[in-house]
Amino acid sequence: MSSTTVTHHDEHHDHPTGIMRWLTTTNHKDIGTMYLTFSLIMFLVGGVMILAVRAELFQPGLQLMKPEFYNQLIGVHALVMIFAALMPAATGFANWMLPLQIGAPDMALPRLNNWGFWLLPPAAILLTLPFTLALFGIGDGAIATGWTFYAPLSVQGGMGVDFAIFSVHLLGISSVLGSINVIVTILNMRAPGMTLMKMPMFAWAWLVTAFLLIATIPVLAGAVTMLLTDRHFGTHFFDAAGGGDPIMFQHLFWFFGHPEVYIVLLPIWGFMPQILQTFSRKPMYGYKAQVVSLWAIGALALVVWAHHFFTAGMPVPALLYFMYSTMAISLPLAVLFFCWIATIWKGSLSFETPMLFAIGWIVLFGIGGLTGLVLADVAADAQYHHTYFVVAHFHYTLFAGGMMGVMAGVYYWLPKMTGHMFNERLGKLHFWLTAISFNLTFIPQFFLGLAGMPRRIPDYALQFAEFNMISTIAAFVLGLSQLIFVYNIVSCARGGKKATDRVWDGAQGLEWTLPSPPPYHSFTEQPIVK
Amino acid sequence: MVMQFLKKAGLGMMLAMFSLAAHAQFTWNFPMPATPMAADTLHVHNKFMVIVMIIFLVVLSIMIYSIVNHRKSKGHEAATFTGPSTKSQVLWTLVPFAILLYIDFILMGIPAYHSVVMMEDTKTNADMVIKITGSQWRWQYEYMDGEAQGIKFVSNLTTPQDQIDNKAEKGQDYLLEVDNHLVLPVGKKVRVLLTSTDVIHNWWVPAFGAARDAIPGFLRETWVRVDVPGTYRGQCKELCGKGHGFMPVVVDAVSAEEYTKWVADQKTKIAAASAGADKTWTKEELVAHGKEVYVKNCAVCHQAEGQGLPPTFPALHGSKIATGPIFDAEGKLVKDGHLDRVFNGKGVMPAWKAILNDTDIASVITFERNGLGNAVGDMLQPAQVKALR
Repeated sequence: MSSTTVTHHDEHHDHPTGIMRWLTTTNHKDIGTMYLTFSLIMFLVGGVMILAVRAELFQPGLQLMKPEFYNQLIGVHALVMIFAALMPAATGFANWMLPLQIGAPDMALPRLNNWGFWLLPPAAILLTLPFTLALFGIGDGAIATGWTFYAPLSVQGGMGVDFAIFSVHLLGISSVLGSINVIVTILNMRAPGMTLMKMPMFAWAWLVTAFLLIATIPVLAGAVTMLLTDRHFGTHFFDAAGGGDPIMFQHLFWFFGHPEVYIVLLPIWGFMPQILQTFSRKPMYGYKAQVVSLWAIGALALVVWAHHFFTAGMPVPALLYFMYSTMAISLPLAVLFFCWIATIWKGSLSFETPMLFAIGWIVLFGIGGLTGLVLADVAADAQYHHTYFVVAHFHYTLFAGGMMGVMAGVYYWLPKMTGHMFNERLGKLHFWLTAISFNLTFIPQFFLGLAGMPRRIPDYALQFAEFNMISTIAAFVLGLSQLIFVYNIVSCARGGKKATDRVWDGAQGLEWTLPSPPPYHSFTEQPIVK
Repeated sequence: MVMQFLKKAGLGMMLAMFSLAAHAQFTWNFPMPATPMAADTLHVHNKFMVIVMIIFLVVLSIMIYSIVNHRKSKGHEAATFTGPSTKSQVLWTLVPFAILLYIDFILMGIPAYHSVVMMEDTKTNADMVIKITGSQWRWQYEYMDGEAQGIKFVSNLTTPQDQIDNKAEKGQDYLLEVDNHLVLPVGKKVRVLLTSTDVIHNWWVPAFGAARDAIPGFLRETWVRVDVPGTYRGQCKELCGKGHGFMPVVVDAVSAEEYTKWVADQKTKIAAASAGADKTWTKEELVAHGKEVYVKNCAVCHQAEGQGLPPTFPALHGSKIATGPIFDAEGKLVKDGHLDRVFNGKGVMPAWKAILNDTDIASVITFERNGLGNAVGDMLQPAQVKALR
């Protein structure tokens, strides 16, 4: 496939314009742009949902909404943020950057790529449609079980659960298609001379991610399908009265759900060392160790799932196994942290917006990781579990570790994608507002959890009032700060100072050898890697 | 300028937090432990928190050192190393790894092991057994052995709806108050069995350090030994539907004498209720008592005026079931009739025969048929309910 690609058809043949360009495109950069745009829109949608929740929690008592609606908002917020904001962002980066980084003209399977994206908008509509239907008196709103679908609550729920099940099916198909594409592209389309061990870290990380997705998405699909048949066709997979077991659902769900955390984070661990080395003007530290650690984390991710429901009750040996195996994840993760910090150590550091986000990301994600280590302890977990401590913990991993990582990537590659520099001052302002308000939102939640506030409650006892108030105010600052991000991206796409090919003076990798923005067919002639 | 503003804003927020801390009643850590398990959990938690904070601060200091000193603006030249090259460097990269291995599996791993074993040992030297059943959205307590054997009651939230809707001043124990407290003797190891009638709940009192899911169709267990007398409050902590935030747990830990007295009181009440089931009630008595039962148990779903929350929770006002026959011509219970539905439940509707006594069931049915805008006119006697048991 590779050696016969020739250069004659770059800017010549007609591409459809307007809406048809985007509907029919098989170009990796167009599809990448759509993924990233979709992700940004859904990030705002999910954000608005949670701001409504935070507004309700501003004071004790029910002010704005009924508990039913509250439960819908928290669950759909999570599903939207994970499946429609974080995962598409990672896939968007993969689409944009993998071919550029490995010296390929496009992704290996372009039509499948197009389909992978266009499954997403219908999935998002399915997920949120029940809100609208409820306004017209049809059904009782969206899924109200939290994002975890736990049976039997989900068996009892309204048609919002069915919508969510079909939505998850579509999202899952999209992810598996994307994964197949990534694996095929990485394994077949690398530039001559780019052996696996010379591959950019982002490609390695996405390879692990893709395998995790293919290993776990079918399990989720199976679990929610069993749920569907329990709901409508009289099966009893999760009903003890018919010989089933509600806890089996939790096992199946978290067999997907735990690797999902790494699915969201691994791509970021891939490009983050690249950002660090760029702004440290120093080669990446411990390339081999990082590759091995990524695979070790991928493998461990598949065997620790039950730590998400220690309080459901398990035999002691199972508790001990899941506790120690979870703690073991800290070892490869510590290697990664060591390598990241060693990469900036004795560098020649400068702090442009992507670097600020990268440094902030290491610190905040570190808090997420360390609290995760504490959560692995079964006895203490009985206290932390299902409280705001856990909420704070996973927002340190998924907002700071996930979303802020994505923001670092956006600022890093935006000039390459658009050909313009973004507004650096606004970028820095966005970083500081985000980092500070994020901490002010979630640090109080650690204390709320320790003091005994359960999560997913629409109203709370009076001793939790102060921390909730601080958290809500900060959450609104955090939410509004993201408008700077949107403004910066849009104005950068529309114009601005012309970006050079290399953009950042310390940038390394094939993507920086192409013009900014890169030509329609990225590498029409494969570069040779020494 | 931007930075200055941020610094000011940050300082303002910090000050606000400190001044709040001075006034407020919240705690910065787990509540004061009342059981050996909670004491152990607090100990383990404090220890682990110190460990991870040290790790965090050490790593952060290294980063800050690098950020301050290895700046391009200070003219720092970038090094070119990509990994450990000399033997001592290899050693230095392995040291943190070894330290972490030690922290994970020795420093944290060993106390964690002992905590798990202690937590799961529900049976050794257990003095008594209670069974806790979660239902949407209330807890039911049953004493399985010992002097209190046979005592069984439901514990409902008592916070008035007006307080929740901000129409009345919130009380001190807002959302953490119930009608019937679980009463336990101090210093006795209580084995707690848990189950549920509908969805998964989680029985949790922070001061006890015990939290365990209540799973429909299965028994789970934990244990508590409350060493300090007092009233302890907790909540359900597994999302269980719209009332999830409104099913608190309240436990009174009392001395052995007080416990014996409480048991005697409860037994008297049970005897009175049983006698009540044998006497013939007037319609007015049934409706009056039924209204109380309805407000406590039914109004959360079927609503105060019986209008329900369709489609999940049907209206009782004008309902076919609530105005239809209870018994057929031969005196047999009508399948899917009013009493059958209340007695045995269906779908989301709990089977109330396990939760309410005969008088309560007879009264609430009579109330539903003659109140809430319905006027069937008949009544149901407790004795008729008793006969179906």
